[in-house]
Amino acid sequence: MEPLEIARKLQERFPDQVIEVTECRDQVGIVVRKDRIVEMLRWLHDDPSMQFNHLADLCGVDYLGKKDVRFEVVYNLYSISRRHRIRIRAQVPEDDCQIDSVTSIWMGADWHERECFDLFGITFNNHPDMRRILLPEDWEGYPLRKDYPLDGGGKNWKGYDEVLEKSKRLRKYDFYGQYQDPTKKTGLEEDAREQS
Amino acid sequence: MQENKAESKEIVREEMAYEPYTIAMGPQHPATHGVLKLDLELDGETILNCTPTVGFLHRGVEKLAENLSYAQTLPLTDRLDYIASMANNVAYSIAVEKLLGIEVPMRAKYIRTIVMEMARLTGHLLWLATHALDIGAMTVFLYCFRERENLLDMFEEICGARLTTSYTCVGGVRQDVTGHFLESLHAFTEDFPSKIAEYETLIDKNRIWLKRTQGVGVVSAEDAVSLGLTGPTLRGSGVDYDVRKHMPYDAYPYVDFEVPIGSKGDVYDRYRCRMEEMHQSNSIIRQCIEALPKGPICAPDAPDLVMPYGVQKKVAADATFASGVIKLMRDNEHYIDGDVYVSAEVPKGELGFYFVSDGRGVPYRMHIRSPSYIHIGALPFMCKGQMVADVIAIIGSVDVVLGECDR
Repeated sequence: MEPLEIARKLQERFPDQVIEVTECRDQVGIVVRKDRIVEMLRWLHDDPSMQFNHLADLCGVDYLGKKDVRFEVVYNLYSISRRHRIRIRAQVPEDDCQIDSVTSIWMGADWHERECFDLFGITFNNHPDMRRILLPEDWEGYPLRKDYPLDGGGKNWKGYDEVLEKSKRLRKYDFYGQYQDPTKKTGLEEDAREQS
Repeated sequence: MQENKAESKEIVREEMAYEPYTIAMGPQHPATHGVLKLDLELDGETILNCTPTVGFLHRGVEKLAENLSYAQTLPLTDRLDYIASMANNVAYSIAVEKLLGIEVPMRAKYIRTIVMEMARLTGHLLWLATHALDIGAMTVFLYCFRERENLLDMFEEICGARLTTSYTCVGGVRQDVTGHFLESLHAFTEDFPSKIAEYETLIDKNRIWLKRTQGVGVVSAEDAVSLGLTGPTLRGSGVDYDVRKHMPYDAYPYVDFEVPIGSKGDVYDRYRCRMEEMHQSNSIIRQCIEALPKGPICAPDAPDLVMPYGVQKKVAADATFASGVIKLMRDNEHYIDGDVYVSAEVPKGELGFYFVSDGRGVPYRMHIRSPSYIHIGALPFMCKGQMVADVIAIIGSVDVVLGECDR
């Protein structure tokens, strides 16, 4: 089925949910509200003429300052039996940063959603295990948001000072005198400075 | 005295029998193929629950890509699946070309198909080597690395690097292939089927191998699709889904090949699928060498660090070379508002790139759909109810690379 046809059918089925249909390089995306997202995707999954059984990709996008609604959760769907694809983009506002989980439709959505939570801070309701996945559990902030600095804000990682302390304590085992203090300049650099 | 001993033994046995316990496999376990940690909850030797922990190799490639131009991100893709980096280069390039609407010359398409299949061979050879080593067939490891070495030498000949190749560019490939390369590759493909037969004599009818792999880690076709598995891991379950056939890219529409499919969905079927795939890759390479057309290797309008032919004069007129390059990268008419999702079939499965562009020379958002990430997410499903030793076989059979998983 042609992607625009799919978009039209979805619009007929859920007229109040579809906001707009976008097209870019022959790929069609449907921007929808998040309220009935599970119902919509289940219809796309179960309907005999759709059969979107393969969740190819799920990710978040942050449109800070570009669009009125800040976040979008993007579902790239593909039907292995029918060989057509469609993209669903669900809008998630910043003040209500949550959306329903689709793990009941595709088991594979589990880790996709955890990643999205980890990097964007979008919470997925009814998810079996909503924890951080790529970053450590005590990480602060959500790195893929546009207001998160690229260099991490110049802070040292958690536990950095403790490791430095420990290395000082362990210096008493330096039997061969090979320890070099990383915080001090090496002799070579001082020589170079004197020469210049 | 003796009665007491017997009693205490009884008590110990009772306590042990009814208490599930947890062991951590990894992150330094040699059979987990990288820094993967599995927390196994066990009852005796049966696995009740398995919780993978990933992220030890997380480098923030997606965040970095938002601050680099399309050409600058390409070397980062080498570091995803570092045992078959050519395939990542091609997958990234076709995604960017789709976004920017660039048509690649025919010769470049064929060369890319050749290197992609070579990458598939290197990936599958390393998979077979380590998978067999995990299960206990040590000799296969040495045999596989012999052929892999030949392929890596050929990579070195065309791009100067063995692993981190960065060979393709947006719009084509960086350097043309030489006659010597094609000759040596042709000689390799003539020899290679007999080498595959050699591996098969070592393990295919080996009773230990069959006992360790048949009926282990079974995934039904429905579950496999629902879990999002792709590549040989999915096809082992009997689902006919190959991106090369479903959404053909580069020269795949012009070559003739088959997609091997399993039936039971166990470790053995996935092994068979990959072995057959190596035969098919070999045949694809041979067809591409025969049909390799002449012509340019890079599209004239590609916004890349390699100077496109058409605009070289315009850049030379600029004050400095560097500013000309940056100008070219930033103010190109190709850049549009929009988003695309393009995927390619890499050795591990479907590697997809989702780009959101806002009309600048850098991606607004890049998301990598990495097959290893999804496959590790499916491990708890596959491992439940199996033995500890089977976990090793299952990890080997889904063929994961942690660099790609953690990004």
